[in-house]
Amino acid sequence: MSTLSRRAVLQAGGALVVAIALPRLVPVVDAAAPAMPALPDPSQLDAWLAVLPDGSVQAFFGKMDMGHGIEIAIAQIVAEELDVDIERVSIVMGDTARTPNQGGASGSTGISNGAKPLRNAAAEARRLLVEAASREWDVPVARLAVAQGMVSVIGEPARSLSYAALVGGRKFNAPVEWNKSVGNAMDVKVKAQPKARGAYKLVGQSLPRRDVSGKVFGTRDFVTDLRVPGMLHARMIRPPKAGQVVGHVDSAALTTKYPQVQVVQDKDFLAVVAPREWLAVKAARELKVEWRPDTAQKPWPGHDGLHAWIRKAPVLKRDDALRKGDVEAAFAQAARVVDAEYEWPLQSHACMGPACAVADVRGDRATVWTGSQKPHSVRDGVAKLLGMPIEAVHTIWVMGPGSYGRNDAGDAAMDAVWLSKRLGKPVRVQGMRHDGTAWDPKGPACVHRSRAALDAQGKVIAWDFTSRGLSRVGVSFNEADPRDTLAGQSLGMPLPTDIGFGAPSESYGFANKRQAWEVVPPLQERYSPLRTSHLRDPLGPEVHFGSEQFIDELALATGQDPVAFRLANLTAPRDIAVVKAAADRCNWTPRVKPVIRSKKQDAVLTGRGMAYATRAGTVVAVVIDVEVTPATGRVWARRVTVAHDCGLVVNPRGLVQTIEGNVIHGLSRTLFEEVQFDADTVRSVDWASYPILEMQDAPEAVDVVLLDSAQSDPSGAGEPTIRCVPAALANAFYDATGVRLRRAPFTPARVKKALQSRSRKA
Amino acid sequence: MATVHFTLDGKAVTAEADEDQPLLYLLRDELGLNNPHFGCGLAQCGACTVHLDGEPLRSCVAPASIVEGKTVTTIRGLGTPEHPHPVQQAWADEQVPQCGYCVNGWIMTAAALLRKNPKASDAELRAGLAGLKCRCGTHLSIMRAIKRAQARLA
Repeated sequence: MSTLSRRAVLQAGGALVVAIALPRLVPVVDAAAPAMPALPDPSQLDAWLAVLPDGSVQAFFGKMDMGHGIEIAIAQIVAEELDVDIERVSIVMGDTARTPNQGGASGSTGISNGAKPLRNAAAEARRLLVEAASREWDVPVARLAVAQGMVSVIGEPARSLSYAALVGGRKFNAPVEWNKSVGNAMDVKVKAQPKARGAYKLVGQSLPRRDVSGKVFGTRDFVTDLRVPGMLHARMIRPPKAGQVVGHVDSAALTTKYPQVQVVQDKDFLAVVAPREWLAVKAARELKVEWRPDTAQKPWPGHDGLHAWIRKAPVLKRDDALRKGDVEAAFAQAARVVDAEYEWPLQSHACMGPACAVADVRGDRATVWTGSQKPHSVRDGVAKLLGMPIEAVHTIWVMGPGSYGRNDAGDAAMDAVWLSKRLGKPVRVQGMRHDGTAWDPKGPACVHRSRAALDAQGKVIAWDFTSRGLSRVGVSFNEADPRDTLAGQSLGMPLPTDIGFGAPSESYGFANKRQAWEVVPPLQERYSPLRTSHLRDPLGPEVHFGSEQFIDELALATGQDPVAFRLANLTAPRDIAVVKAAADRCNWTPRVKPVIRSKKQDAVLTGRGMAYATRAGTVVAVVIDVEVTPATGRVWARRVTVAHDCGLVVNPRGLVQTIEGNVIHGLSRTLFEEVQFDADTVRSVDWASYPILEMQDAPEAVDVVLLDSAQSDPSGAGEPTIRCVPAALANAFYDATGVRLRRAPFTPARVKKALQSRSRKA
Repeated sequence: MATVHFTLDGKAVTAEADEDQPLLYLLRDELGLNNPHFGCGLAQCGACTVHLDGEPLRSCVAPASIVEGKTVTTIRGLGTPEHPHPVQQAWADEQVPQCGYCVNGWIMTAAALLRKNPKASDAELRAGLAGLKCRCGTHLSIMRAIKRAQARLA
């Protein structure tokens, strides 16, 4: 196994004398390192990229590719601006010693925000290299050209200098104008002018990813595969029932049976540690713990009683996210009011594997390997947990078993750090399946109340949409504060107090409009398996499940085709273009009421529905062609059409596959996913009790139309599509059956029940 | 502890395993393999899939003793970049993986499925892949890759 000293890794951020650190190269803490290392300084060009002695280029990206393929997209952007071969550009991602804090994977901003400073830095590096050559030859810059990392005098091919010769292995020592933002908004201004889009050769090409071979041939390591010498394996022990605290722990019986096993307990933080993983798994199962009830904990309402509980719960905070005109006055004048309520369940990240982290805390330093999509936040949280300066904590992101938001990864990191501190050895923590499904932070459950006022002609004169639900930040969307992690909460730290939710994002031009949200208290204050946080496109699928179904309900209530209704009421030209593009692509035919094509219970009913939404500059419309089998309750989104405008497209193939993943995840959440729980126990603990979409229910085809708004800056694609999927499916279901499904998920049992009640009415 | 002798990715190995130790932990803990992966420990997802004498096996629940005298193939033994299995090649051509953690289950299952039924229909493929999970939602790429592999095998 290769090793890399900590100092070498840190120096690599500046002087660049070592090879790229692949995940398998495990740095070992150099305990003799005297001074605290300096963090990358975003106001220095050297923090963003470096030219190695051989002329290859490293770019330092403070976000990561969590699977959508943005690593190659970033390389395309950097190579484009620098005029070097794409093969010569490598991207260092999510290492806190080597990359500026760009906020990690966050809000689908990898390209839209994350690439900006790198694009500027690459353009600036090119400018400085050309200037250096100009001085060397005393030839004006205007007479110089760059190709494939070589600067040459135009018309004199003999006079050329490579980037390697000009700066290879040395620092630029050049300032850039940092906007002083940390996180997603971090950017730099430079003297150089980045290329005009018409000049792009690499940006816009479907270049292949670099991580595929390692994944397909099993040679790439995940965070779960790291092995540090002397590393111990740990499993966390969580309370089985709501609000329970640790009573007597029979450590003696366990350690007598397994002398190599240690039990670590600090208040409610409880873990079993062993030198071999299997022993840790086995010992964790066998540890006998007496759990004591927390008398202050009220019984949970259960998943079936959750929405009634949300309706009755006190409101901690209300926010009128959008107010336009006089909604109440319009309702007072209404000739007709249409209203409806929609319910969305608690959902789990349920990542492909439970989270894993390795931590090595020694003396005044800590090293953490994590799959968290926010390694800089992990660093900050670990520093707070250990009382160290952030410079003393080195966090290295390594691809984990999937991540679409604030999943269990940050908890695993904090648990590993605490155990390593307590035991003085490197510790690897991995969850069991129930840790990933029952104990991850949940996507919030909510109820949406929608009403619209119509005038005598059926025109919408007011729109009023209020969501009420659990906070999107019951624990924060990152791990920068240990109070937001299971470790901090089990150790008794004060609880976080953030409250947040979300509102629909669209451009309907109703004269009077209100979009509001209300957040209710958590189901359990501390150390809760039902704590809520960010799950892919936080509140996007949840909110638009209501708002975009209600648009269809309004259209049909007034005898209008849902697509025509959207086109008539949307105001933003790009939004109109996207809705039109989706309708054109699937040959949408106008419909003003469902046509039930068969009344036989064993028949398959077909229908189609649309939903549209915007998200941070991206516009998406989704049409779903559905098949419903009343006898079984099966709902199959057989064909899906997506029109997508995210501005400039960097890598079309990667973008299409990202959109396809959105569709599948969205269908899974709409059809199958609901965290089940009763008065004191989470019942969704594995894939049997938390089913997700499998191959049988995948669409036959997802047809993606990319609207090429090359004039617009690139905006995000990791999340916008998913917010349209639930309502498009619900609208298609209505078109097929004449029945509204206003509560997700559309499980077979729920579908059968809904269709039977329609049959009885018929 | 019991001693097991078996062939692992073409090499004869001997290892010690607890009576109740699943094969996955033998491969990872004792033999130092980084594939397959732990996904659920319940045979519900496929991330731990290996071939036992050519048949897909969920190594997270199969006792290690099951491999005595048999041949175990992991995704690393199925093929290499120089000599890829047609399914692996198709996976690379179609750029299937996103996070990639689930990939053992799909590739090892698809390889066995196509060996028995190279012309499997769409419905047979969907049925044959039941139970496998992919949380990134790469299902469409997976179907494209399998059809590409079928074309190559035809």
